[in-house]
Amino acid sequence: MANNAQAEAAHHDHDDHPHGLRRWLFSTNHKDIGTLYLILSLVGGVVGALLSMAMRAELMEPGLQIFGNPEMYNVFVTAHGLIMVFFAVMPATMGAFGNWMVPLMIGAPDMAFPRMNNISFWLLAMAFVLLVASLFMPGAPGATGAGAGWTIYAPLSTSGSPGIAVDFAILALHLGGASSILGAINFITTIMNMRAPGMTLHKMPLFVWSILVTAFLLLLSLPVLAGAITMLLTDRNFGTAFFDSARGGDPLLWQHLFWFFGHPEVYIMILPGFGMVSQIVATFSKKPVFGYLGMAYAMVAIGVIGFVVWAHHMYAAGLDVNTQAYFVFATMVIAVPTGVKIFSWIATMWGGSISFKTPMLWSLGFIFLFTVGGVTGVMLSNAGVDRSFHDTYYVVAHFHYVLSLGAVFSLFAGWYYWSPKMYGYMYSEFWGKLHFWTMFIGANLAFFPQHFLGLAGMPRRYADYPDAYAGWNLVSSLGAYLAMAGFVIFFIGLFVQFSRKEKAAANPWGPGATTLEWTLPSPPPFHTFDTLPRIK
Amino acid sequence: MGMLHRALMVLAALAGFGASGSALAEDLPLGQPHPWQLGFQEATTPIMAQINDFHNYVNVIIIAITLFVLGLMIYVMVRFNEKSNPEPSRNSHNTLLEVAWTVIPIFILVAIAIPSFRLLFAQYDFPKADVSITATGAQWYWIYDYPDEDISFNSIMVPDDQLKPGQPRLLAVDNEVVVPVGANVVVSLKSNDVIHDWAVPSFGVKLDAVPGRLQQTWFRAEKEGWFYGQCSELCGRNHAFMPIAVRVVSQEEYDAWVAGKKTASINAKDKLASVRD
Repeated sequence: MANNAQAEAAHHDHDDHPHGLRRWLFSTNHKDIGTLYLILSLVGGVVGALLSMAMRAELMEPGLQIFGNPEMYNVFVTAHGLIMVFFAVMPATMGAFGNWMVPLMIGAPDMAFPRMNNISFWLLAMAFVLLVASLFMPGAPGATGAGAGWTIYAPLSTSGSPGIAVDFAILALHLGGASSILGAINFITTIMNMRAPGMTLHKMPLFVWSILVTAFLLLLSLPVLAGAITMLLTDRNFGTAFFDSARGGDPLLWQHLFWFFGHPEVYIMILPGFGMVSQIVATFSKKPVFGYLGMAYAMVAIGVIGFVVWAHHMYAAGLDVNTQAYFVFATMVIAVPTGVKIFSWIATMWGGSISFKTPMLWSLGFIFLFTVGGVTGVMLSNAGVDRSFHDTYYVVAHFHYVLSLGAVFSLFAGWYYWSPKMYGYMYSEFWGKLHFWTMFIGANLAFFPQHFLGLAGMPRRYADYPDAYAGWNLVSSLGAYLAMAGFVIFFIGLFVQFSRKEKAAANPWGPGATTLEWTLPSPPPFHTFDTLPRIK
Repeated sequence: MGMLHRALMVLAALAGFGASGSALAEDLPLGQPHPWQLGFQEATTPIMAQINDFHNYVNVIIIAITLFVLGLMIYVMVRFNEKSNPEPSRNSHNTLLEVAWTVIPIFILVAIAIPSFRLLFAQYDFPKADVSITATGAQWYWIYDYPDEDISFNSIMVPDDQLKPGQPRLLAVDNEVVVPVGANVVVSLKSNDVIHDWAVPSFGVKLDAVPGRLQQTWFRAEKEGWFYGQCSELCGRNHAFMPIAVRVVSQEEYDAWVAGKKTASINAKDKLASVRD
C-alpha cells in the first residue's frame, strides 16, 4: 500500500511540468538543460566571432588600425581561443546535443544524475561570466585582460602578466573543467547503465559512441588541466615555483601538462561531430552506416592515441631529437583511424539514395573540409617540416580547418538535423542552404590563404606583419567577413524557423532515420520513455 | 614569354607545388617574404633545401589524397543521389575494403615517415662550429654575443618612421647578426624573461628561447645577403616587433666586421672607464 502511494506520488511528480524560474534555473530535465547549453553556446559563439572580426579587421592591412596597444590584440586572440573552445564548441557538442539526444537515442527517461546535470550547466555559465570579466581586469602592464594565448604558457602567464586577469581566466577554466568532469561522469553513467533493454553497446548509435568516448577523454584529461592551472595559480599568488626556472622550476613542465590536456581536448571538440555526421550521412543516404564497428572503434582508437601525442605541439620547444621522433611516429598513427572514418562515410553514401537537405549539405562540407584539415595535420606531424610551420599561419589554417570548418560545420549539421525534433518547427531550407554556402565560401576564403601565409613564414598571434603578407591577409579578412555574414544568415534562418512555426513531423527524414529519437513526437514531451522501448 | 612563364608558375603553385615560391623569387630579394607568395621562402641552407624537398613530396601526397576523396564524393553525389538511384542498397560491410583502407594508409605513412626521420635527424646532426653565437631573448629585442670574439650587442627593430630606403618594415633591425658564408654557425638560445623563439624561415631554423635552459640550433648559409625572421613564440605586447636579421657576408667582410666591432667595443669600454675615472 505504502509502496503504491509512493509510486503514485512519484508518478505525479514525474508529470510535473515546472514553469518560469523553477523550470530554467532549477532545471533537472535533460531537454531543458540541453536548451540552456545551446543558448550559452550561441552567446559564446557570437562573442567569440565578434572577437575574431576585430582581429581580422586589424589584420586586413599592415599597420595598427584597430588596436592601439598590441597587447589588446593578444587579449583578443586569447579570449577568442578560450571562448570558442570552452564556451562555444564544447557546450554545443556535449552540452546541447549530448544532453538532448543521448537519453533519447538510448531510450532513457533522462540523464543518470539530473541535479548534477543542472550544476554542470550553471558552473559553465559562471565560468563564462568569469572569463568575460577577465577581459576588463588588469593584465599585462598597461592593458586589461589575459593576453598569454589560450595555451597560457608560463612564464608569460606568470611573471609576464602580473594583473589579476589571468587569475580570473584560471578560475574560469577551473569552473569550466569541473563542469565538464561532472558532465562526463553523468554521460558515462547514463550510457553504461541506462540503455533501453536490448540496446547493447554494439547496437548503440554512433553519436552516443562519440559522446561516450568524448566523456572518457574529458574525465581523463581535465583533471590534468585542473592540476596544471592550480600550479599556475600558486606560482602566481602563493610563491611556488613549478614553472619558474630561477627557483628550480621549468617552463616546459607547463607545456607538457597543458598539452597532455590540450591534445585530447581537440578530439573532445571533434569526436561528437564525427558522431553527428555519421547519423546524418546514414539518414540522408537511406542506408545503415558502413562498417559500424570499425567506425565505433576508430573513435576509441583516436581517443586512446590522442593521449600519447601531446608533444607534437612542442617540436620547437627544444625537445630531445629522439623524443621528437617518437611523437612524429605516434601522431602519424592517428591518420589511420581518421582515414577509416572518412572512407566509411563515403562508403555509407555509396549505393545510397542521397537527398541533399541542409543537414546533409553541412555534413558533406564537413567531410571534405575535415579531410583538408586532416592532411595538413599529417604534414605538421613531421617534426622536420614543422620546424618551418610551427607558430605560423599554416598551423592557424590547419586547426581552423578541423575546428572552425570541421567541428562548427558538424554543429550546424546537427542543428538542422535535430532542431525540428527538439523544438517541433521545421527549419527553412532556403535560409539553411544560403547559410551553408555563405559560410562554406567565406570560411574557405578566410582560412585557405593562411596556408600560403604560413608557408611564407608569417608568425601567428601578430597584431602587425611585414607588408609582403598584405595580399593574402586582405583575402582572409574578406572571407572572414563573408563567414560572419553566414552566421547572421543563421540567425535569420533561426528567426524564420521559430516565427513561421511550420510543424515538423515525428520523423521528417523518412526511412533513413532509424534511431529512437525519431519514434517520438516533435517536439518530444517533457518526459520521454516512461515505458522503456525494447530494441530487437 | 615572361608573363606566360609567371602565369604558369602561379598555376603550378596553386596546384600546391609550393616550390614555385622560389621560382617566382628570381628577381625578388632573398631572405624575406614577397607579396602573394605561395610557397616557402627560398632556401639558403642545406637544411631548408631538404625541408623544402620534403614539403613538396608530402604536399603531392596530401593533395592527391584530398583530390581522391573529393573525386569519390563527387562521384557518390552524382551517381547515388535520389534521382539517379531511388532504391538504396543495404550494403554495410565489405571486409576486404575495410582492410584495404586501413592498410594502404599505413604504407603511405611509412613512405612519409622514412624521409621525415632522415630530415629530423639531419637537423640535429650538429657540425663543428665555425662561429658560435648566443642569442638571448628579452622583451622585446634580442641580445647577441659572440663569445669567441668578445662581441656583444643588442638588436632592436627599426621603428617605422626611421626606416631607410630598402629596409623592410618590421624586419629591419639596428644591429644585425653577421656571419660568414658557408660557415657552420651554432646558435645558443637563452631568455631573460619569458619564452621567445629565434626563427629564420629561409634557414629552416626555429627554436624556443626558454628561461633557465640553454638550447642550440645551427645553420650553414650558402648565399650572401640579408635574411630575416621574426619572434615565433608569443611573448607579450611587442611580440610582433622583435625581428631577427642576419647578414651573410664573405669571410673577409666578416673578419673586417669582427675587427670593427671589437674596436668599437674597446672604445666604448675605454669611454666608460674614463667616465668612471
